[in-house]
Amino acid sequence: MKRLAAGLLSAISSAALIAADGQAVAEELLPFEIHGDAVPKALGGLSGDAQRGKQIILDRRKGNCLICHTFPIEDEPFQGAIGPPMSGVARRLSEGQIRLRMIDQSRINPKTAMPPYYRTKGLADVAPEYEGRPALSAQEIEDVVAYLATLNG
Amino acid sequence: MSVAMKQTVSGRASHSALAAFFCVAAVVAAGPASAGGEPLPSGTSFLTQSLQAQQSDEATNPGMLWISEGALIWQTPDGASGASCATCHGDAGTSMKGVAASYPKVYGKTGELLNLEKRINLCRTSQQNAEPYAYESDPLLALTAFIARQSLGQPINVQIDDASRAFYERGKAMFYRRQGQLNLSCAQCHEALAGKQLRGDTISYGVGNGYPAYRLEWQTLGSLHRRLRSCSYGVRARRFEFGSPEYLSLELFLAVRAQGVPVETPAIRR
Ligand code: HEC
Ligand code: HEC
Ligand code: HEC
Repeated sequence: MKRLAAGLLSAISSAALIAADGQAVAEELLPFEIHGDAVPKALGGLSGDAQRGKQIILDRRKGNCLICHTFPIEDEPFQGAIGPPMSGVARRLSEGQIRLRMIDQSRINPKTAMPPYYRTKGLADVAPEYEGRPALSAQEIEDVVAYLATLNG
Repeated sequence: MSVAMKQTVSGRASHSALAAFFCVAAVVAAGPASAGGEPLPSGTSFLTQSLQAQQSDEATNPGMLWISEGALIWQTPDGASGASCATCHGDAGTSMKGVAASYPKVYGKTGELLNLEKRINLCRTSQQNAEPYAYESDPLLALTAFIARQSLGQPINVQIDDASRAFYERGKAMFYRRQGQLNLSCAQCHEALAGKQLRGDTISYGVGNGYPAYRLEWQTLGSLHRRLRSCSYGVRARRFEFGSPEYLSLELFLAVRAQGVPVETPAIRR
């Protein structure tokens, strides 16, 4: 990921922000630390399961990542072309870099079209059934990170 | 119908200078261009050739059923007045020509923003002394589509004036604001990503010129507000009510933005 705005990157790395910038964190969000453009440590020290991660990516009510990305998964027609293709993502990015992009891509690119998957603050008009909940749980984030880390082909 | 199709085709062709030269007449006929230059491409131009053909052929367009039903309601007396729409408005082909292309519009007497559905219901209650139709009911969809059909091929022509400016600004703010758990604005999809694949769908510019439209996923005709509700839900944002001030303001913004795009009701959509 070489497209980082230099100013933003240094702002992030110098502060090593804590999630939610010191404000009250919604109950279910675990704290995490950003170093550079990565969150090196697994959320809550949880370990991810790549097989579950793959299911979450496919699940339209969970990750639904295929609407925007093409994954090296066969028999899935009509994959999206809005974000970059995911094959080889583990060669481009470390696990920690992938984790920050899953948590909230807008911390890297404020204009991104990629949804924040582990964030509950600063969102407008969230549908009541999703209010106050992150799009993916900490365990689900770790599962997805584990799956993406296998895409090194 | 061929008028609408020709204008769509010429809109695309005019990117080439030579084609533009031969299409001057059609472009002029399409009316004033939007502030940004030429009118936005209609959602129809993102359909497959066969769906485009199905839409433009009255014999195969499933939405035409509602047009016939609307024509029937237009003639049928209703309410305490015993009047039909035709009693006062006569032949819709004359009296309603171009009307849909000028909505939504602020109603002078009350300052309220009305789309076509609300305008029809105003005549139901104040002129016919009848009950208003429920939003998204078949008779309201049929009458709306029937009236919109009388503007077929006419360029959308909705201007901002002092009465409508506040509604327009509200709609514009909604269009550019990120919303929902997925934190996406309308503009991120319908401006920045137009033409790209969102799974099986090609994202269009979000123009309302074909509504009420027959959507294959719905297996029926639906209003613009129904479409907006699915876009809100798609980003896990709150769905506002049919006919709500939020969606009315958005509808106004979309119409101003779509200045010059020909009306194509009833469009077919995936
Ligand atoms: C609405 C579209 C959208 C959805 C849904 C989406 N992404 Fe993205 N994603 C993007 C875009 C656009 C980028 C490009 C980065 C940017 O915007 O700065 C991106 C970037 C990424 C990156 C960084 C890739 C790189 O090479 O830098 C990863 C990893 C990623 N997405 C994974 C996912 C996963 C996993 C999901 C599902 C849980 C997902 N995305 C859902 C749009 C999306
Ligand atoms: C008793 C007469 C009467 C009946 C019946 C009637 N209308 Fe109207 N309609 C009017 C008048 C008068 C106006 C002018 C606007 C106003 O209310 O100030 C109008 C305006 C309209 C307009 C707006 C036209 C424009 O240029 O903006 C539409 C659309 C419309 N009527 C549709 C209908 C429909 C559909 C029906 C049947 C359900 C109907 N009307 C029944 C008298 C009537
Ligand atoms: C995640 C991307 C996305 C977002 C965000 C989004 N839409 Fe859509 N919208 C779509 C898709 C996909 C369709 C169906 C294909 C098409 O016509 O663009 C659609 C269809 C539409 C249509 C119908 C176009 C036609 O010709 O039938 C309109 C109007 C529209 N959207 C308006 C909006 C508005 C207003 C918002 C903000 C409240 C919004 N959309 C948010 C993806 C999106």
